[in-house]
Amino acid sequence: MTTLDDPIRGAQAEWEERVLAKVLQRFPERRAEFRTSSAEARRFYTPADTAGKDYLRDVGFPGEYPFTRGVQPTMYRGRLWTMRQYAGFGTAQESNQRFRQLLADGQTGLSAAFDLPTQIGYDSDHRMARGEVGQVGVAIDTLADMETLFEGIPLHKISTSMTINAPAAILVAMYMVVAEKQGHPVSVITGTAQNDVLKEYVARGTYIFPPRPSVRLAADLITYCAREAPRFNSISVSGYHIRDAGSTAAQEIAFAFANAIAYLGECERRGAQIDEIAPRVSWIFNTHNYFFEEVAKYRALRRMWARLMREQFGAKQTDSWMFRTHTQTGGSTLTAQQPLNNIVRAAIQALAAVTGGVQSLALSCYDEALSLPTEAAQRMALRTQQIIAHETGAADTIDPLGGSWYVEWLTDRLEQEARAIMDRVEDIGGAVAAIESGYMQSEIQEAAVTHQREVETKQRIIVGVNDYIDDEAQPPILFRPNLAVGEQQVRELAAVKARRDARAVDAALARLRAAARGDDPLMPPILDAVRTYATLGEMCGVLREEWGEYRPPTVV
Amino acid sequence: MTTEQRTIRVLIAKPGLDGHDRGAKVVARALRDAGMEVIYTGIRQTPEMIAEAALQEDVQVVGLSILSGAHLELFPRVIAELKQRGVDDVLLFCGGIIPEADVPAIQAMGFAGVFGPGTDTGVIIEFVREHAKERA
Amino acid sequence: MSLSTPDWLEGPYRTAVERSRERQPRFESSSGAEIGAIYGPEALADWSYHEKLGYPGEYPFTRGVQSTMYRGRLWTMRQYAGFGDADESNRRYKFLLEQGQTGLSVAFDLPTQIGYDSDDPRAEGEVGKVGVAIASLADMEVLTAGLPLEKVTTSMTINATGSILLAMYVAAAKKQGADLAKVGGTIQHDVLKEYIARGTYIFPPRPSLRLITDVFAWCRDELPEWNTISISGYHMREAGCTAAQELAFTFANAIEYCDAALATGLKFDDIAGRLSFFWACHSNFLEEVAKFRASRRMWAKIAKERYGATSARSQMLRFHTQTGGATLTAQQPLNNLLRTGFQAMSAVLGGTQSLHTNSYDEALALPTEAAVELALRTQQIIGYETGVADVIDPLAGSYYIEALTDRVEDEANQYLARIEDMGGGLACIEQGYQQREIQESAFRLQRMAETRERIVVGVNQFQTGSVVVPEMLRVEAAVARNQVERLQALRASRDGAAVDAALARIRAAARGTDNMVPLLIEAVEAYATIGEICNVLRDEWGEYQEVLTI
Repeated sequence: MTTLDDPIRGAQAEWEERVLAKVLQRFPERRAEFRTSSAEARRFYTPADTAGKDYLRDVGFPGEYPFTRGVQPTMYRGRLWTMRQYAGFGTAQESNQRFRQLLADGQTGLSAAFDLPTQIGYDSDHRMARGEVGQVGVAIDTLADMETLFEGIPLHKISTSMTINAPAAILVAMYMVVAEKQGHPVSVITGTAQNDVLKEYVARGTYIFPPRPSVRLAADLITYCAREAPRFNSISVSGYHIRDAGSTAAQEIAFAFANAIAYLGECERRGAQIDEIAPRVSWIFNTHNYFFEEVAKYRALRRMWARLMREQFGAKQTDSWMFRTHTQTGGSTLTAQQPLNNIVRAAIQALAAVTGGVQSLALSCYDEALSLPTEAAQRMALRTQQIIAHETGAADTIDPLGGSWYVEWLTDRLEQEARAIMDRVEDIGGAVAAIESGYMQSEIQEAAVTHQREVETKQRIIVGVNDYIDDEAQPPILFRPNLAVGEQQVRELAAVKARRDARAVDAALARLRAAARGDDPLMPPILDAVRTYATLGEMCGVLREEWGEYRPPTVV
Repeated sequence: MTTEQRTIRVLIAKPGLDGHDRGAKVVARALRDAGMEVIYTGIRQTPEMIAEAALQEDVQVVGLSILSGAHLELFPRVIAELKQRGVDDVLLFCGGIIPEADVPAIQAMGFAGVFGPGTDTGVIIEFVREHAKERA
Repeated sequence: MSLSTPDWLEGPYRTAVERSRERQPRFESSSGAEIGAIYGPEALADWSYHEKLGYPGEYPFTRGVQSTMYRGRLWTMRQYAGFGDADESNRRYKFLLEQGQTGLSVAFDLPTQIGYDSDDPRAEGEVGKVGVAIASLADMEVLTAGLPLEKVTTSMTINATGSILLAMYVAAAKKQGADLAKVGGTIQHDVLKEYIARGTYIFPPRPSLRLITDVFAWCRDELPEWNTISISGYHMREAGCTAAQELAFTFANAIEYCDAALATGLKFDDIAGRLSFFWACHSNFLEEVAKFRASRRMWAKIAKERYGATSARSQMLRFHTQTGGATLTAQQPLNNLLRTGFQAMSAVLGGTQSLHTNSYDEALALPTEAAVELALRTQQIIGYETGVADVIDPLAGSYYIEALTDRVEDEANQYLARIEDMGGGLACIEQGYQQREIQESAFRLQRMAETRERIVVGVNQFQTGSVVVPEMLRVEAAVARNQVERLQALRASRDGAAVDAALARIRAAARGTDNMVPLLIEAVEAYATIGEICNVLRDEWGEYQEVLTI
């Protein structure tokens, strides 16, 4: 490649002067500057733009370090990505039915959403839970609810992804006990828990405790799973929410990696080996509209993580170097106006994710900007993935855009940008310090404000929102879970409390308190408490008393 | 019931002015490969021409393909022309872009099979074999 | 670590495949060529940047025909529309322009396309069905009422009767007082592909070619902004051919048109700048991008090497794209929104000049207004939200794309060489060659779907789910009655003697060699109908007989 550079650079300069300058004088371009979220977009790219790149060092082959072209040697020619739609609402029983429907439609894994009280560690009968029970996901108070949720779904065969953070250790413990009760040892379960509490302080807001004990709890779950449930991904570090809060693609990479480094550091401090835990780290990233930037992002993520694990953490196993990710298409790119347009947006984003080589994928549904997704919208999201898989040929050759000068240049550029941001976080003292000081939050807010200004000045067109607006009101596509869900859930919770062994509960909670006060591993007492049907709120209540609650810094 | 198995003879025709013959030709080819004798008329056939061909070629089956939306006008005319020539025992089927809502009306005209886009040719072969037997 | 692609394929890749088989024994392009697991730098070995790609707006135009491409102006978003009568279609055009569409595209009903008046017995049941019925200038006046013909460009999908519809459009523009030097648009007027695939031919090839070259010559002098022909691969692709065949058969036809024009004394540089092309965009996302890039490079070479074209304008292939109607399914119609969306992306990544996105309900009936709007929104989202229009030829350099571009070009060149050996595009049509090749490909595709080697979502897999039957558009029977009444009223009110005289002059010209276009304009201005004009020409030239192949 390098031999081509100089003649091209020269010829291009000549072309710019001879041809382009005149054209631009007569017909200026649509904008003075074209950009993706993180980088300029030059007019076009040639081999000169990737000069100095070493194919074997920087790109390589699928399944080989640094994995730029993918983590498996056959990628989607072997097996397609996992098509996993995020679902869950109302009671455990309703969600169970939706799960079974999705499996019947051809979905290959489940993804559970929990209601806010569950995510923040309140029982359904807590006063803070009023009106929220079962609204954005399923309500889980005790092991009994988890049993209902997975009734008839064999946990040794189906993998489940759980979007749960602050109380992740407790929900995973419930899941493990259900598997045991179904007769399957914990060692065979597969799936993922999000368990990424740091990004909750940055973007999503379902934190409970302050950052430091939270990181400890997360690290305990990771370490426990690495030894007892080696097929279960005990953490899914999220760039998704950081991006949906308004960050750029480079910030998404950098902040997610910085958070991951914090968890791994804590695990190592608590005695785990890097090669024991790194292979179980999984990820969830967001895919927004800039098609090529998104493709480049996944390539950059793989290469960066491989280098980070091998060179910085000294990981020795190939498995530790591989970056494997779940992707959700960008919820914040969807519009309430002309909702069917969202089908198109999500489809193009999904195509970018697949072209980028992700391991599993969920699409935000076209009616999500209006309400919880309807079943029809869920199915549409799944059909989108199936069409990409079976009709577009995009899954038939590996890393199909590899070599594109634009994509290679963008991959390098994102890596540089993200690296610079990570260095800054390092200077501040790492992710926890950067969050406590509000650094990450203010950077994201800055990017979000810039975006908003561009929309308002129409520098950035959003079809149906600031241009191509329709006069007529859209028919609302509404799906609302029943508000009676809350009352029903509260009644069931009371029944569980009435029939369990209260003394056993108290004893288990006391052991949990003791562990929380000291530095012992927390998973064993949590599992014990779950088995006694202690509630989520009771367990979190103990931890709240011991660790306190987080109060956010105010960033404007 | 006849004991002798005679080869099924099928006329595939395109009534009207529409020239989209991909479907008609794919079906003709599939029926031929399934061992039937297939006569394909080519495009732009009038109802008279189709009925005349059905009579002359002594077919048991007539398949019509139309994508222009003129089916409700043209199909009855094909049937009338067939009747006029005393051809009233052929198996009729059709395909093309035919809205669901029109299917009952088309069945009432005497079409035993209505096959929309995406139909497996195996289904059509099976259908013809099944129903043509009764008329053999 | 592997040191080269062959090392990797023989080593880690082979081991992985032996351990666990791939989803398919073989992955294939539309033409059945094998798609490799990976493409690496070896795809660009012995590959010269300047020879293969060059710069946007420069020979061989692989990277695009303008030096700023969509950074300067987005492609023209042009939705094919037209149904019922002229008045109804006129309202739809106004609606589309209000929605942000930037050019018009007119669909005509079959009688208009085949030269029958709306009251001809052969038109029964077809009037206004697949497009608008235009029997005379009076209908054209209604169709274009209130549309500023100097400003909007209109693309008319019309072939055998293309010269007559052009005459009507010119007459309508003149009546508006438009300056013909500013009137822009396109007529498809590609009759050769009608013999191969679409079927709306009337006359035999020779006189058909003459009408085409007459339009070339007349437009060069009188209507300089008009694209005189849109040489179409679209319909052959829809009939089932592969991407490479689409290019080859279309270029073979293009060569026939150019040769015919040269034979009448026109110069290549006189006509080449007004030639345009029309491609389909089917579902294989990257193969289609490669096809568009290969098409530009191929035509640039043909223009330069075969015809000695000197100006860039004569060497550049400009094209319109329509997403693949044949890829749409009647089952689960909203899925079509996705197919269309991906295909539209391919077309944009391939550098199309204008684009029609199909509506998701088209496999069921004529598109509804809501579906047409959504199809347009799809283009706008690609144009404004995805950033793919901000960098020119963004896939360039991708090992896979460059390898595919080379391969599509090679395959198409092989077909072209075979056609040349058999005596050229027209001779091959007369022998049924292209027709048979297309049927073979169509049949292969059908078989692959039936054996599920090729999965069509919602059709041969993933069929579950409630059926949503979208609202459908129907053309009222009253449309045809009104059209017939208007036509009969026109015949009663026009100057019959003027019509007869004009038709007599057309008859004389048909026998001789004078340019027909001025006479056609004169006849339509006298309100001679399309059927009357075509009947005179049928008398003189005869009708084409289909070459039947199964």
